[in-house]
Amino acid sequence: MSQILARPAPRARAADGPSWWVYAAVGVFALLVAGIFLSALLNSFASTWFGGWLPDAYTTKWYRFAITEFDLGYVLAITILVGLSVTVLSLALGVPAAYVLARQTFPGRSPLLLLLILPMLVPPITYGIPLAAMLYSARLGGTLTGVIIVNIVPALPFVVLIMTPFFEQIDPNLERAARTLGAAPIQVFRRVLLPIALPGVLAAGLLILVRAIALFELTFLVSGARSQTLVVALYYTAFAAGIRPSQAIDAMAVVYMITGLIVLLAALRFINPVNMVIRVRQ
Amino acid sequence: MQRAVGTQASGDTGPVTSGAPRRWGPLLPIAPALLLVLALFVYPFLYGLNLSVHPLGALAKGGMLANYAAFFGDPRERTSIWNTLRLAVPVTVLDLVLALPLAYRLRRPLPGQRVITGLLVIPMTLGTVLLAEGMIEFFGPAGWVNKLLLALHLITTPVQFVHNYTGVFISLMIADFPAVFLVLLGYASGLDPRLEQAARTLGAGWWRRLRRVTLPLLAPGIAAAAALSFVATFSVFPSAVLVGEPAGSTRVIALAAWQAAYEQYDYPRASAIAMVMAAIELLFVAAVLAARNRAYQGPTIGGRG
Repeated sequence: MSQILARPAPRARAADGPSWWVYAAVGVFALLVAGIFLSALLNSFASTWFGGWLPDAYTTKWYRFAITEFDLGYVLAITILVGLSVTVLSLALGVPAAYVLARQTFPGRSPLLLLLILPMLVPPITYGIPLAAMLYSARLGGTLTGVIIVNIVPALPFVVLIMTPFFEQIDPNLERAARTLGAAPIQVFRRVLLPIALPGVLAAGLLILVRAIALFELTFLVSGARSQTLVVALYYTAFAAGIRPSQAIDAMAVVYMITGLIVLLAALRFINPVNMVIRVRQ
Repeated sequence: MQRAVGTQASGDTGPVTSGAPRRWGPLLPIAPALLLVLALFVYPFLYGLNLSVHPLGALAKGGMLANYAAFFGDPRERTSIWNTLRLAVPVTVLDLVLALPLAYRLRRPLPGQRVITGLLVIPMTLGTVLLAEGMIEFFGPAGWVNKLLLALHLITTPVQFVHNYTGVFISLMIADFPAVFLVLLGYASGLDPRLEQAARTLGAGWWRRLRRVTLPLLAPGIAAAAALSFVATFSVFPSAVLVGEPAGSTRVIALAAWQAAYEQYDYPRASAIAMVMAAIELLFVAAVLAARNRAYQGPTIGGRG
């Protein structure tokens, strides 16, 4: 992607020895993941699947079943709405903070950075339970607003963590030049920084979106029947397995997987995962 | 006026002007993020702590620590810590051991680098719930794994892979690997190759280079990956229920907390369990950071500032 993110390409040397084992290990891992995914995929299209290597016959009725019975369309809409809102809000809060952390030195910078990153280092359940209790007493429990609010908490540290090193590597002389030429701080941000930072912001946004779609615990603690995201709905249906046909659960799982996969593939187009370096100036 | 602001803030990478009263204006953009963290993370945490020392019902007479005493006094509750640790610790260690050589080797691009990293990262989108669903089929008694093992005459009756400890272990290993790998890859690709070259020039063999140069340089990355992995595995919840044995060997601490809150509606007791969880988690992170500081202190990267 952009020149700013690209590392200086190191010259390859043969000093590392053979590389076949890398391909072998990746192959084994990919086979395992593919097996798990294909099992779910085939089962979701199986009319029945007893004993054989492949299903006995194929059908699409489980998808229709999932759409009508589990209200899949509504759940999907909620998921996307929550994902996008969380992404936009956490970027709006996190990007300015990351910029200041990258550019300014001030007393208390390290503790502040730690505080902003801390929600990533603590299991969501630990603050999720009291947070849910708070939201329920504020009458936000079970609502869409509540679900969006809780999901910003773990997303924000992620933005700070990705965007701070990103801003650090943008040449400060560009901003200095703009200021020397008389640009106001807001103009510098809008006309100089934002265009340079946009690819990074987009990449961070896509990663947040992937995470927001997959995040389970906090949504699980706060959502109500009409504000469930796909993961939580999937958990409830899977939890009640036995009552529901396994194929229908898998149909839902496949829809969930494809939603996440589209976003991830989009993210991988924009960013080289190597550049998601989680490393912040101390 | 504007120009004055400009010149003042343009010393941005260096310390803000000393002597004169400090200007907080440039720091203002942090405020919204800070307020959010204070309101939705710090405050709930304190709220939970306060809730946990105000026990409900019969425990109310037991004093402030009655919830904690009840948790540690009940073998079924207490065991949930052990149930969690015996998943989280081995999974974290094993994922690190598996990801480290891969990340180290991939620090310089191999042919097909993008596809390789893509394949290793894909499980991130699966999430634990889908992974659990697929595993029930794939590793189930009639699933492909058992079929293959039977066809190869390695086993005579299907092996029970899911709905027990093994199931949760496998699902966590897979779900957790991508993040560990990505963090390590980030650090490994930031290593300055000249340091290793210098060690080689000075006659160090590969083992000594690895032990004395590479691993210490990677220590911060290993610590970060271990901490992030432990958070994820320690708070395991959906897979412990779906592919585990939630009433027995995989009744993890997150499940105990959830049951207290949403099945018994005892928020104070649930908060106490949550506080125990946070304490264990933070102890682990502190231990990892201490180990990291013993291994290496100093800048991590060269060539990139």
